[in-house]
Amino acid sequence: MEGQSVEELLAKAEQDEAEKLQRITVHKELELEFDLGNLLASDRNPPTGLRCAGPTPEAELRALARDNTQLLINQLWQLPTERVEETIVARLPEPTTRLPREKPLPRPRPLTRWQQFARLKGIRPKKKTNLVWDEVSSQWRRRWGYQRARDDTKEWLIEVPGNADPLEDQFAKRIQAKKERVAKNELNRLRNLARAHKMQLPSAAGLHPTGHQSKEELGRAMQVAKVSTASVGRFQERLPKEKAPRGSGKKRKFQPLFGDFAAEKKNQLELLRVMNSKKPQLDVTRATNKQMREEDQEEAAKRRKMSQKGKRKGGRQGPGGKRKGGPPSQGGKRKGSLGGKMNSGPRGLGDKRKGGQRPGGKRRK
Amino acid sequence: MRPLTEEETRVMFEKIAKYIGENLQLLVDRPDGTYCFRLHNDRVYYVSEKIMKLAANISGNKLVSLGTCFGKFTKTHKFRLHVTALDYLAPYAKGFGVAAKSTQDCRKVDPMAIVVFHQADVGEYVRHEETLT
Repeated sequence: MEGQSVEELLAKAEQDEAEKLQRITVHKELELEFDLGNLLASDRNPPTGLRCAGPTPEAELRALARDNTQLLINQLWQLPTERVEETIVARLPEPTTRLPREKPLPRPRPLTRWQQFARLKGIRPKKKTNLVWDEVSSQWRRRWGYQRARDDTKEWLIEVPGNADPLEDQFAKRIQAKKERVAKNELNRLRNLARAHKMQLPSAAGLHPTGHQSKEELGRAMQVAKVSTASVGRFQERLPKEKAPRGSGKKRKFQPLFGDFAAEKKNQLELLRVMNSKKPQLDVTRATNKQMREEDQEEAAKRRKMSQKGKRKGGRQGPGGKRKGGPPSQGGKRKGSLGGKMNSGPRGLGDKRKGGQRPGGKRRK
Repeated sequence: MRPLTEEETRVMFEKIAKYIGENLQLLVDRPDGTYCFRLHNDRVYYVSEKIMKLAANISGNKLVSLGTCFGKFTKTHKFRLHVTALDYLAPYAKGFGVAAKSTQDCRKVDPMAIVVFHQADVGEYVRHEETLT
């Protein structure tokens, strides 16, 4: 008994080995094309197996996928390997398939103001050297940028010009001028960018310091600046004597506390009367619209019948074209419905006019 | 403290009218004085004009109540009537219940069917202890 089971086990082990080998080796008529850089395997064999599979080719498809994946993995195992942080990793070669663009080509940007001007005048960029000889430090320095050759803000001695105020700080003056130039450049850059993206610059009427701004404009500019933080101005402190801004909340208007008592009473009684009236209020607009819709439907039905009988030309004009005298007046005025139920069609409209503020609906004849 | 807006007045009148019907105009238009509804901290107060003028001198956050509180507006702007309004509603109250069936159905129904729901407050059992079994 045991001997038999041992033999059985050995036979089974052999069988398993054979199966494994069978699984690993895949026979294909045409070899696959591999692009290991993209982990791509292209199978050009004609799919005869799939065609004769019938309505449910899932089993064949799965077998095909398994075979092709096996071949791809076999190829991967042949690549040179290396060890990265305790894992064995295969080094993939460069991808050979050229993938299409992910994003579309960038569209040509509009020219900046300088470029337009240069094109107009025919100015071409002069070729300049990157480095300039600086006498002061006797070394080659950049033409512009960090530690440039002629930086007037870095001078240690500035002569006060004859016509200038002797108490003016010339160094500070030069630094200020530089800051202004930088700011101007930045502004122009942003303007060019905005033009390129056709974005609208936020309306800055009165927000630029001009020196001729009124108190209100200044206040508004200050408010805008305060709100232009990441928390939308919630944690901005106010100066000791600064007052809270007026009129920055949502506006709601209420009747005055001691308004006209008689008027208040009258309004309330009117409201009560409208509420209490036993008959349902007629919404004149809805009633007329309903009436017109019914008439249109009748006309359409009649026209269809006439055209069916074969009288083409007469039928079109017979029941009359659409009369558009009424609708424009109704369409515009839709001041609030008062209940909205219509009792009876045309007769109801005439009798049941209630309340003084409703527009009179015009009935089409 | 402020007067009620149109919308709020309408909601409140619809609620009160369920209890006193068209006698509501007797509340609005009283022969013995001008009374008005005022809103303070979402509560509606029915107050005479004289008292209201006095109450206007108290700052809003220190004012607790004025006149009679009829009810309050909830966060979703529905009106809830309070029991403090009872004194003013009781003289004008109509009927005592809510119809359980429509008028037509009432005629055709068998004698033991329920026709009216009489919704009582808790105090009714105490008030009418002798008459109720």
